[in-house]
Amino acid sequence: MKMLGLSQRDTTFLLIVVFLTLVTPILLQPFPEGSGMATFNAGYPDLMQRFAIFGIFAIGFNILFGLTGYLSFGHAAFLGVGSYSVVWMYKLLGYNVVPGILLAVIVSALFALLIGYVSLRRSGIYFSILTLAFAQMSYNLAYSVLTPLTNGETGLQVYTNDPQVLMGENSPTSPHFFGIVMNESAKLNVGGWEFTFNNGYYFCAIVAILVFYLSLRIFRSPFGLMLRAIKTNQTRLNYTGLNSRPYTLAAFVISGMYAGLAGALMASMDPLAGAERMQWTASGEVVLMTILGGAGTLMGPILGAGFIKYFENIFSKINDNMLHQWFAWMPDGIEDFLIGLSHFFVGKSWHLTLGLLFMLVVIFLPGGLVEGGQRIAKAVRNRRSKGDGAEAQTQPAE
Amino acid sequence: MDAIILQILNGLDKGSAYALIALGLTLIFGTLGVVNFAHGALFMIGAFVAVTLQRIFNLSFEQIDPTKKDFLGNPLKVEVPYVEAWFGADVGDWLIDWSVPLAIIFAIPVMLLVGFVMERGLIKHFYKRPHADQILVTFGLAIVLQELIKYFFGANPIQTGAPDAFSGSMDFGVLLGFDPNVIIYPYWRLVYFLFAAIVIGAVFSFLQFTTFGMVVRAGMADRETVGLLGINIDKRFTLMFGLAAAVAGMAGVMYTPILAPNYHMGMDFLVLSFVVVVVGGMGSLPGAVAAGFLLGVLQSFASMNEIKSLIPGIDQVIIYLVAIIILLTRPRGLMGRAGVMEE
Repeated sequence: MKMLGLSQRDTTFLLIVVFLTLVTPILLQPFPEGSGMATFNAGYPDLMQRFAIFGIFAIGFNILFGLTGYLSFGHAAFLGVGSYSVVWMYKLLGYNVVPGILLAVIVSALFALLIGYVSLRRSGIYFSILTLAFAQMSYNLAYSVLTPLTNGETGLQVYTNDPQVLMGENSPTSPHFFGIVMNESAKLNVGGWEFTFNNGYYFCAIVAILVFYLSLRIFRSPFGLMLRAIKTNQTRLNYTGLNSRPYTLAAFVISGMYAGLAGALMASMDPLAGAERMQWTASGEVVLMTILGGAGTLMGPILGAGFIKYFENIFSKINDNMLHQWFAWMPDGIEDFLIGLSHFFVGKSWHLTLGLLFMLVVIFLPGGLVEGGQRIAKAVRNRRSKGDGAEAQTQPAE
Repeated sequence: MDAIILQILNGLDKGSAYALIALGLTLIFGTLGVVNFAHGALFMIGAFVAVTLQRIFNLSFEQIDPTKKDFLGNPLKVEVPYVEAWFGADVGDWLIDWSVPLAIIFAIPVMLLVGFVMERGLIKHFYKRPHADQILVTFGLAIVLQELIKYFFGANPIQTGAPDAFSGSMDFGVLLGFDPNVIIYPYWRLVYFLFAAIVIGAVFSFLQFTTFGMVVRAGMADRETVGLLGINIDKRFTLMFGLAAAVAGMAGVMYTPILAPNYHMGMDFLVLSFVVVVVGGMGSLPGAVAAGFLLGVLQSFASMNEIKSLIPGIDQVIIYLVAIIILLTRPRGLMGRAGVMEE
């Protein structure tokens, strides 16, 4: 079975991804409501939207970092630009998200073209510092001089006296896609389980699938091959008479557009935009996601984004009462000790867990979670084939 | 004229901090070839050594003071710090007052130890890995250190005062023949600048005039040859890492009266210090120091009202703007050598 210009294997892969994305609201709700494990459920709209949005952000970042090896520390700037564009379209036209998203992608592409054109003149750490400098400049300006455009510290939002020229009498008063309101959901109760099917999530998910398909095509294209060649040995590429700059610039612009799209979707779910989205810590987060999942792999960034967002949510929610509940069966002294120890890792200090995990991944699994999965699969396969081999092997004649 | 001198002075203290951090970063990069994103965290740990020492000195117990009575005529309980009880009121008071400068004495061994543990435990395994990996693992380490500090000291800035002797401001303008009250400069900032100058001078003379420094410089130029001569260069480089950590830590200790330490100050300074290092030229020690002071002073010039009204927002972006211009026109920075980080 071949579809959309993909090989058979990739088609299967894409179909699996599509299927998983569509049933996420069910998959992430494995525990019944009210049970002790219900905290670990992740099937609510806000979190699922973030999975999809940060998935898009990380997929885009991976096209630059995973394929060409250029480590950008300034991708959050595009995220912010995307959000601001969408909110401006809300203010001027109305709450339909489509014009905003189109504008966001175009503006972030232009922005990326400008930054990329300058930054890509250098490579290695100089490139990282240049992108960081541009992003921090945008962030600082958004807070100070550009206040008329960004509304400074308050953040950009829609006010009642905004023109909103396309707003009709019956138009929804929150972001919508031709009448489909983002923050509306359908609920389904089965037994003790409650599943929420949110319009906004499905909108993000469909966009995510589309851009995932696009990145799949890029990975398999001659263009993708060229990007990989740049990562492997740029000097040799230059010696063969190829100018690699147009390729890296194209990759930079594409990944900037992905980031702009992710920012646009953020503002589509929640009609707000703030400068803190452009801060370099946000750029650092997408680096963490991509590395944690596995840079240069197709699934890695999505896994990384999901992993970090899930644990951010769950770990920061765990509190003392829950810890007491879980460790109640232990002797008192050990219980108190364990709870004291857990304080380092849960609740407000969950970033510590993230930092440790990230270090461990960089040290032991440079290929990220994907490499971990591959190693396990390989070990299992080896053991199985060894088991089979021992029976089938014929003894050599001595 | 007086406004210009005032801005130069204002830029010096921030510039000193940038220069000290950038100096350590460059030392580590020049010797070990490692890009250390956790260097800002070392600066922050230094600051929190000062906070800890101040807290230790302020540990107190309740004592009934027979000479004082409260308004009901009962004997009054007063908090007496242990240091006052042990060393007498005068010495105790002096210790509490001078806790920040005294913290230097404690910060040096603590930071050396932290540096050794970091280098032997983690960085050592990353010599041969790509620079991106080094950046990432030290970035992770920085997050961990930052969160540990946040866990123990909370998220709010902690005020840590300078000794009373340095708490005021001096009228610097009078010394230069200006009218009084034109150039007012806090004493502590002057102390910080002098301190930075002494530390920088010490590091340079250590590298320039001692045999140890000579070997280290030789190792920076050609590590392999020095190794072939039968010198254990790794051991010396580990020591240099400890030294760089100590410099960052001392910079942090002395900075506490200027900026109340909080857990993310390391990251804030790190980003700027990296810009400083790159502007100065990767691997060049004089470049790092010069760029640190240059950017500090430029930043304070840009925040002058006259300049802000000319180019709005320039104070927010000046450092990054200068970095971009320098990187594009002088690819190796102000004083960079060829062939560093250009593989």
